[in-house]
Amino acid sequence: MQKASATPETMNVTGAEAIIHCLLAEGVDILYGYPGGAIMPVYDELFKFKDQLHHVLTRHEQGAVHAAQGFARVSGRVGVAMATSGPGATNLVTGLADAQIDSTPVVCITGQVPRHLLGSDAFQETDIIGISTPVTKWNYQITRAEEIPEIMAKAFYIARSGRPGPVLVDITKNAQFDSLDFQYKPCKGVRSYTPIPEPDADAIARAAEMINQAKKPYIVYGQGVILGEAEEELKAFVEKSGIPAAWTILGLSAMDSDHPLNVGMVGMHGNYGPNVLTNECDLLIAIGMRFDDRVTGNLETYAKQARIIHFEIDPAEVNKNVKVDLAVLGNAKETLSLLLPQVEARSHEAWLGEFRKKYEEEYASVIRKDVTPDKPGLTMGEVVAQINKATDHRAVIVSDVGQHQMIACRYAKFRESKSNITSGGLGTMGFALPAALGAKMAAPQREVVAIIGDGGFQMNIQELGTIFQTRTPVKIVVLNNDFLGMVRQWQELFFDKRYASTVMTNPDFVKIAEGYYLKARRVEDRASLAEAVEEMIASEDAYFLEVRVEKEDNVFPMIPSGASVSDIRLK
Amino acid sequence: MEKQWFTISVYSENHVGLLNRISGIFLKRHINIESLNVSKSEIDEVSKFTIVVFTTERWTRHIVAQIEKQVEVIKAFYHTDDETIYQESALFKIASHLLFDERQIQNIIKESNSQIVTVSRDFFVLAKTGRRHEIDQMYHELEPFGIMQFVRSGRITVTKAEMPISAMLEKFQHV
Repeated sequence: MQKASATPETMNVTGAEAIIHCLLAEGVDILYGYPGGAIMPVYDELFKFKDQLHHVLTRHEQGAVHAAQGFARVSGRVGVAMATSGPGATNLVTGLADAQIDSTPVVCITGQVPRHLLGSDAFQETDIIGISTPVTKWNYQITRAEEIPEIMAKAFYIARSGRPGPVLVDITKNAQFDSLDFQYKPCKGVRSYTPIPEPDADAIARAAEMINQAKKPYIVYGQGVILGEAEEELKAFVEKSGIPAAWTILGLSAMDSDHPLNVGMVGMHGNYGPNVLTNECDLLIAIGMRFDDRVTGNLETYAKQARIIHFEIDPAEVNKNVKVDLAVLGNAKETLSLLLPQVEARSHEAWLGEFRKKYEEEYASVIRKDVTPDKPGLTMGEVVAQINKATDHRAVIVSDVGQHQMIACRYAKFRESKSNITSGGLGTMGFALPAALGAKMAAPQREVVAIIGDGGFQMNIQELGTIFQTRTPVKIVVLNNDFLGMVRQWQELFFDKRYASTVMTNPDFVKIAEGYYLKARRVEDRASLAEAVEEMIASEDAYFLEVRVEKEDNVFPMIPSGASVSDIRLK
Repeated sequence: MEKQWFTISVYSENHVGLLNRISGIFLKRHINIESLNVSKSEIDEVSKFTIVVFTTERWTRHIVAQIEKQVEVIKAFYHTDDETIYQESALFKIASHLLFDERQIQNIIKESNSQIVTVSRDFFVLAKTGRRHEIDQMYHELEPFGIMQFVRSGRITVTKAEMPISAMLEKFQHV
């Protein structure tokens, strides 16, 4: 593209065009958004650059930001969402909060009323900087075109570096119209910001010593392993040290599900052994996880007998919830590779045997009934097992929030990292459908299966329109029990079965999907389940599968809210 | 853990919106800011927040860690009162006739080491710099005579220990 040059290195462009050049310079080739008055100059440029930059029109701004999150989680790249001012911007807030708590690199660009109208309560003016501050890693309002290149470079740098997170850049309309001499320099650092703490050789040596001395060491790994791309380092550490390792919900898929030392999931609906044995290990090695309350249960009775080492990139997470004996700050990839040569090759057969024994107990009382039920009604677990079988453990599984999510994270099997996409920290119903769209666009060669409840599906059901328009071959499974199942389960267990506002009178989901011209099918009996799942996976187009499951099944094991990990219930 | 007074010092870039970001960290944890002062620091273009809270050390440590995590914050510290030199300033506006009618007021001015900033026909203004309890004491002594207006600043502190901010910034220049 020929442009009048101000200097040999710069070109004179409008702010709106500069934004496009910034996105291209950051390697962005796809973004999600929704146009409106205050962002129209940028959309006008998007139209001109549509060969280089694919804009996906979602049906709601919340869909745009969740799609950007799904894209980021699968690709490891920064996801980008765009919206207009006012309601466009406020509709992004849930996604920002979700990306903040789940450390997802996202840049959101919002239009804003012109500089001279700021503070005048102009049409579609809202203080999105004020609103988004607590749910962003960083945010900035651009009011002059000349600020665009530097701020955009900083936005991408901050979103992706260190512990990733969402950044919002709000751009007044005058800054989009005005011209600037454009030159792009990627951001290499911000003087007030240390993205990754320097690893401390002494801390690593002490960690190795504690690990080598331990009789019953136990690893719990989280998303820090995935975000730090430390999967190989984790595997090497686990295999050399022979230490059993369990995942948090966001750590899932960092290790092969079938690895003999990968012992299951911790947390409220995690596996029996990994929870109970937390209180029997003598050394707990936490890697890239943040001791969320859904993981620890009652902190007063959490791993009190054990010494604790915390491998963590964010110093603010150390001693936040659980007091640790040793913190090893840094990127897990780096700290684990420094640790590895100092760790003795060991095996912990007897200790590992305790995990196996607990698994057998859990299998007998929970897993067998979930996955190979002998009652007539379909279970969520058997659907997930069928998906495992049909995809050979190679799919990206995107789950929403609730019972089906816990079942998906308990039973879905993975061989590849960055394959379990779910809203962990925020628990955002409505996340999965748009996130699956973004995930599939990030990895078009992979099978992407969204597993969603009947409640969450209806929270962003409009994104079926985006899936249809973009012809994105996402596979959508709705596990329909006509209830807000997780809340219903709590009402059954803790509120004497008073099912306050959890009964759903649902529409004909198959007809709705067909209304969007998607292939759609409903399964109500076991006989047709396997064949329906296979048909869905074999489909080259998007496919909607509704599975009518047992209405009042519960997810077990369960650590009741406020109870100890030792008091996990099998029924 | 016992609640006590802590002074949080924050060295930061001077950017629009950072005060909101920092105050939000207290808001999220339902912790009240007892006193707040923002000013330039000993380093060019670096601002210093001085924030006083009454809470436990555990919460103070969390808050400081969260503040320091903000992109535009260079460094945050917390100190107990023993570890800092701290002062507040106050202004008292008092009716001028009292200066002549109430001899005790002149004694209060002398004993409190306060200064008369201005005197007009209707009122005079006293300035007092010192610890919170000294200002409180002066307030209680003047109160019976009638205080037309009173205002007290946020606490400002310097620490007894060194604050290695310049060295940190210097290091960045050479990266």
